Amino acid sequence: MNLHIDDHQEDNYGILKLSGEIDAYTAPQLKDKLLTLVEEKESVEVDLTKVSYMDSTGLGVFISALKLSKEKDHNFKLTNLQENVYRLFNITGLNEVISIENTIKGELS
Amino acid sequence: MKQAFDFVEMKLPAKSEFVGVLRLTISGVANRMGFSYEEIEDLKVATSEAITNAVNHAYYDEGPGEVTIGFGLYEDRLEVMVADRGGSFDLKEVKEQIGPYDEKESIEDMREGGFGLFLIDALMDKVEINNNHGVIVLMTKFLYENEVGQNDDQISTTQ
Repeated sequence: MNLHIDDHQEDNYGILKLSGEIDAYTAPQLKDKLLTLVEEKESVEVDLTKVSYMDSTGLGVFISALKLSKEKDHNFKLTNLQENVYRLFNITGLNEVISIENTIKGELS
Repeated sequence: MKQAFDFVEMKLPAKSEFVGVLRLTISGVANRMGFSYEEIEDLKVATSEAITNAVNHAYYDEGPGEVTIGFGLYEDRLEVMVADRGGSFDLKEVKEQIGPYDEKESIEDMREGGFGLFLIDALMDKVEINNNHGVIVLMTKFLYENEVGQNDDQISTTQ
């Protein structure tokens, strides 16, 4: 029920690799780290391979990051979403506005 | 007609660290009733959204209180009730804010919250919200027999 955040940065690029669950408890720390990164780096990626659960609090964080990236004219994308996580983007229509690469099936439950 | 059912009730502190505890509980209850993996995922998201709303209201008022959660286990459905005793919110206003993202909206105007009730509505079969004393969300998910699903599959694959 926790979220582990690994971050790796280069000159103009940053990636957050997340593992665990994104909910009302873990979203605030993710928001802090992600917004700082999007502010500073031209290109930011969030790898969700190991995120087994997410709800609307996670959607809120990614919408904030998207808004900030547009303001700064930076790139922001999500990669490797589990099917149950991708589903929420699909239902809400956010898959049309947030750049999403690759969804994966199974492995984690 | 009288229907037998089991009822489980729990009270949790209205704090965000307990949202995950409720998810574990609903997983256990739904699994024991025979819901599928996908349905259990839907139930986890919907109940988390409901308790997250309750936790947020509690903080807006006079500090964390308690959230009461009830599970009604029927033969053909699971009813989940999430109730907080915090102040009420303007239901009409909330209803106007929910809905999927509209592509015509500009990104600057996009809301960062407000998808919670929309997801509950999308993932559950029936949702009722009562707003008289605190907020009570009552949501239902029906249990469709696995047998029926398998028969459906067989029919579609032979076509």
